Amino acid sequence: MTVAAFAFYLFSTVAVASGLFVVTARNPVHSVLWLILAFLSAAGLFVLMGAEFVAMLLIIVYVGAVAVLFLFVVMMLDVDFAELKAEMAKYMPLGLLIGLILVIQLVLAFGPWSFSPAAQGLRAAVTPAAAQVQNTKALGLILYDKYVFLFMVAALVLLVAMIGAIVLTMRHRKDVKRQNVLAQMWRDPAKAMELRDVKPGQGL
Amino acid sequence: MNPGDFSTVLPEVLVAVYAMAALLFGVYTGKDKAAGTILWATAAVFVAIAVWLGTMTGTHTAFSGMFINDAFARFAKVTVLLSAAVVMVIGQEFMAKRNLLRFEYPILIALSVLGMMLMISAGDLIALYMGLELQSLSLYVVASLQRDNAKSTEAGLKYFVLGALSSGLLLYGASLTYGFAGTTLFSGIVTTVHQGAMPIGLLFGLVFLLAGLAFKVSAVPFHMWTPDVYEGSPTPVTAFFATAPKVAAMALIARLAEGAFGSAPKDWGQIIAFLSVASMFVGAVAAIGQKDIKRLMAYSSISHMGFALMGLAAGTALGVKAMLIYMAIYVTMNIGTFAFILSMQKNGQPVTDIAALRQYSRREPLKALALLVLMFSLAGVPPMVGFIGKFYVIWAAVQAGLGGLAILGVIASVIGAFYYLRIVYFMYFGEEVEGIDSGVMNPVGYAALVVAAFIMVAGMVNLFGIEGLAQAAAQTLVH
Repeated sequence: MTVAAFAFYLFSTVAVASGLFVVTARNPVHSVLWLILAFLSAAGLFVLMGAEFVAMLLIIVYVGAVAVLFLFVVMMLDVDFAELKAEMAKYMPLGLLIGLILVIQLVLAFGPWSFSPAAQGLRAAVTPAAAQVQNTKALGLILYDKYVFLFMVAALVLLVAMIGAIVLTMRHRKDVKRQNVLAQMWRDPAKAMELRDVKPGQGL
Repeated sequence: MNPGDFSTVLPEVLVAVYAMAALLFGVYTGKDKAAGTILWATAAVFVAIAVWLGTMTGTHTAFSGMFINDAFARFAKVTVLLSAAVVMVIGQEFMAKRNLLRFEYPILIALSVLGMMLMISAGDLIALYMGLELQSLSLYVVASLQRDNAKSTEAGLKYFVLGALSSGLLLYGASLTYGFAGTTLFSGIVTTVHQGAMPIGLLFGLVFLLAGLAFKVSAVPFHMWTPDVYEGSPTPVTAFFATAPKVAAMALIARLAEGAFGSAPKDWGQIIAFLSVASMFVGAVAAIGQKDIKRLMAYSSISHMGFALMGLAAGTALGVKAMLIYMAIYVTMNIGTFAFILSMQKNGQPVTDIAALRQYSRREPLKALALLVLMFSLAGVPPMVGFIGKFYVIWAAVQAGLGGLAILGVIASVIGAFYYLRIVYFMYFGEEVEGIDSGVMNPVGYAALVVAAFIMVAGMVNLFGIEGLAQAAAQTLVH
């Protein structure tokens, strides 16, 4: 077995196993930790495929930001997972039945799966040849040049999300005291403060 | 990408730039005090861009086919822009009175209209999805604009959860289609789909795509959200939901079906025919028991979407033309009706109970007459324009050999006429009750009501020439 094959089996086994633990772990914090392990293994698999940029992104964005965010949310929200699971058990038979039907349907769909004869060519047409461009550049060319239109629309979708969050949650309360920085800075010490010499035993 | 692409998408770029500029203006000036100004400015921008689009000619594509500006797109975009402008303007007073006129409202509408324009022009599965999400996200927010009202927040949440589910279905369908075809471009997909039996995986993809889009036009069986969302949202927002997004989603279905799967019209034709029959009947039957006029309009819109889908099910240029004419007429009728619903109030409070209309004709003969014309037109009673719309779609179905579908359409239309005529009955013959206040309509709404009713009567002469435009639009889409 070559090193690459060994690494592939290692990473993929760990990814699948940790994925399993994400859903079975009793403690939600442990679930998030398993999730981080799954992300790291996936990053390893990307490196094996030669997509080192995506691998680094996965570690920086998913492990560094998203998973940590999850961890905070899980710790801050007081969700009783045991109760949720008890609730789940009630719907288990129906859920299993629907799951079974879905599986049968998917087998029906994917069993006789066929590609269009032209699919391979069409798929390759949008991406630059792998041998000529390194993958960071190829990704940049696709995202910021070929699909720049979609990229900009995605930015607008995020803008709408931001406006929406503000519209639906921000309230201008009038009954709270707010800090007025300018008033603080322009306050004259001579008027605001007074020095008194207090004689012992007399008070003011 | 080449620089010329940007001149093709210039109308969309201008709407986006306008929305961002208006946002900055609103934030740095009077905030909600500037809302009225921004609202009128937005409406003016919509009208200006609609006029500009109306003067364009030819078919232009940009970004290697992801964006298509053809006669079909322009017809749908002009309808969307004009209806959005009118709906915004007639709802302004209602929003202002109830402290709902926040400056973000017209901006969110502008962004949602931008999403619709992108949907209509989409020539690619990803572009389709991005446009759809842009319009839906804005709509989720405006649905729950009245955030202190439980019904409004419920409407927003329901719409969001179900909308997200439908987006999931749509994406699943898109990925299956991509898996088969190897491209997301409609023009590429159509080269890989051939006559004869469609591979079952691709058929799955098509079904999921249509299911996702059927949700957006609230076609049965994906209509569950419609009555609750229509009832809970502030009325001007409901009026908006009933008009522009429906046109955009319908145009998108036409574009996807004809553009990407045009070589296999039998496969999607049967799905759309089913959606059409189910929508017509559920819309017509379920509306009979409604007491709330907003819920009634929700079922009415479901039923009307069924008729518009009948045109598409035909799969011919005549069918697409019929669909476009139907949608233009439908939007005009709905604007007029909602202009009236917006003015319904009792002691300053909005009412939506149909029973409050009893004997309305005694107090406001002209408004009652205008509403009568609109109701007759919605029902499809012969002299009105609404009848011409129904006639076109049924004619298209008959021409395409879908006689059974056409007969079912006529039956559903007769059932549906009952509840429209019931409103008329209440207005003219109902027993006297303490009804809605009279003489409280603002001039803009009044004008919209009367003009819409006038169009319903005067349009029978030549439909104001939209027939030729719709014909040209349909021919660019169907080859």
